[in-house]
Amino acid sequence: MSLGISWVTAWIDDTVEVVSHNRTRLSELDREIGDGDHGENLDRGFSAVKVKFDTLPDDATPGAALKLVATTLISTVGGASGPLLGTAFLKGAQALGDAPEINADGVVALLTAARDGVVLRGKAEPGDKTMIDAWTPAVDAAGEAAAAGASPAGVLRAAAAAASAGAESTEPLVARKGRASYLGERAIGHRDPGAESSALIITAAADAAAATEG
Amino acid sequence: MKKLINDPKNVVDESVEGFGLAHADLVTVSPDPLFVVRAGGATQGHVGIVSGGGSGHEPLHAGFVGHGMLTAAVPGPVFTSPTPDPIVAATIASDGGAGVLHIVKNYTGDVLNFETAADLADAEGIRVVSVIVDDDVAVKDSLFTAGRRGVAGTVVVEKCAGAAAERGDDLDAVAAVATKVNSVTRTMGVALAAGIVPHAGEPSFTLSDDEIEIGIGIHGEPGRERIALEPADAIVDRMLGPILDDLPFESGDRVLLFVNGMGGTPLLEHYIVYRHAASVLAERGIEVTRSLVGNYVTSLEMQGISITVTKLDDELTELWDAPVETAALRWGR
Repeated sequence: MSLGISWVTAWIDDTVEVVSHNRTRLSELDREIGDGDHGENLDRGFSAVKVKFDTLPDDATPGAALKLVATTLISTVGGASGPLLGTAFLKGAQALGDAPEINADGVVALLTAARDGVVLRGKAEPGDKTMIDAWTPAVDAAGEAAAAGASPAGVLRAAAAAASAGAESTEPLVARKGRASYLGERAIGHRDPGAESSALIITAAADAAAATEG
Repeated sequence: MKKLINDPKNVVDESVEGFGLAHADLVTVSPDPLFVVRAGGATQGHVGIVSGGGSGHEPLHAGFVGHGMLTAAVPGPVFTSPTPDPIVAATIASDGGAGVLHIVKNYTGDVLNFETAADLADAEGIRVVSVIVDDDVAVKDSLFTAGRRGVAGTVVVEKCAGAAAERGDDLDAVAAVATKVNSVTRTMGVALAAGIVPHAGEPSFTLSDDEIEIGIGIHGEPGRERIALEPADAIVDRMLGPILDDLPFESGDRVLLFVNGMGGTPLLEHYIVYRHAASVLAERGIEVTRSLVGNYVTSLEMQGISITVTKLDDELTELWDAPVETAALRWGR
C-alpha cells in the first residue's frame, strides 16, 4: 500500500475543515497563554490553501502539493505559526522529492523532515511547551510503527495518537519559547495551542490515509 | 469599546493609506503587499534599512521612514507580525545595491517572519543582515524565556543606524552601529490601563482601578509585578533602578533619556516622569546630554509609559544629532 496525490488533497481538505471547526477553541487556548489569535490565523491560512488547491494540476506530485501548502501558509498566517508550520510543510515536501507515491518509510521521512524544519526555525526543544511537543512523539511513534511493518496509514495512525498525547502533555509545562514564556509559572495548566493545532493536522493526515486505503 | 474606526478588518489598511496621503512628501505607500517606503525609493549606493512589526505602535515604524532613518517600514496586522512577502517586497524596494539591514524587535513572530524574508531576499540576490533589538530589562534573559523583548529602544537603534547609512557606511558598519546602540540601551515600561485590539473588542488584560503593572510589554504582555498605584516619583524609582543596575550605568556616563508614552497617557504626565528620572540620574552622577519625550512606541490606547536610557559616546551622539526628516522625528534639515 502507498499514498499518492489523492491522499494529500484529502488530508488538506480534512485539515481545512478541522481547523475551521476548531478555530474558536484554538484561539481560546491562545488567549490563555498568548495573544488569542491562533485559530483565526490558521483558519485564514488553510482557507487560502483551499483556494490555491483548486488550481493544483491533476498530475501534481505529493511533494509539489505540500510545497504549495508551505508557501501559502508562510504568506498568509503571520505570527510565529506561519513560518513554523510553513517550514514544516516545506521540509516535508523536500523530503518527498518527485516521488508520485509514498510508502511507510516515506511517511516517516516526511514527518521527520517536517519536525526538523520546525526545530531549525524555532529552536525549541521537547518540553518547551511548543508544537515540537506534538511533532517529536509523532515522529518517534511513526518510526516504530514503520519498523514493525505498519502500512502508511498505520504509521500515520500511530503518529496521530502520539501527537495528540504530546499536545495534552504540554498542560503541566512552563513555556520556554514564544509569548507564553513571559508568563512563567502562570502558563502551567494550559495546553499549548501550537501543539494542539499540529496534533489536529497530523490526525487529519491519518484520517485521510485511512479513508484512502480503505 | 468606542473607537474612531470603520470596519475593524480595515483598520491597518485605512490608517496606512491616510498616513501616505498626509506625508506624501516623505513616503510612498505600497498597498499590496503593504509597506511604506521613502518617497523616491532607495538611495543608490547606500545601505537600505527596513523595520516592521505588528501595527498599533504608531508612529513606530512608518513614522520613522525618511531621510536619516528607515528606508521602508512593514506594518503587520494589529499586534501581529507581517508575513514574509511584504517584508521581501520592502527589502527589494530598499536595496540601493549596498544591501539591506533588517531591524527586528525580539518577538518570536517578528523574528521568524523576518528570518524567512531574509532567506527569500537572499535568493533574490540581496544581501540582508538582521539586528535584533532586545532592550526590555523587565524580562529575565535566560534559556527559560524567548529572551528580552524589543521595545522603545528600537527608536534609538533606528535613528542611529539610519544616520550611519545616510553618511555612507557599508552594511556591516551600519549593522555594527545598530548592534552597539542595542547593547547600551535599556528600557522598562509600566501600564495603568490596557489597550483594546480593534478586532478583539475587549481589553487585552485587566487592571483594577488602583493597580498598575510594572515591566509591561508593548502588547500588554505581563511584566515583573502587579502593585497598587503609587505617586509618579515612586513608580519612576521602581523602573529606573533595574534599568541603571542592568548595564550598569555609572557615574560619569553621558546618556540619552527617553520617556515614551504608550498612547493613553497625556504629555502632562510624561514630563512629570521625565522630571524625576532626570533628578535620579543627576544624583547618580549620570549626565543627561540628549533627551526625547513623547508618544513614539505606543500600544494602542494603553495608559502607561516606558523609560529608556542609552549610554552615549561621541559617535552615537553624532549619529543621534544627524539630520532626520520623518513624520515623527525631524531635526537638522
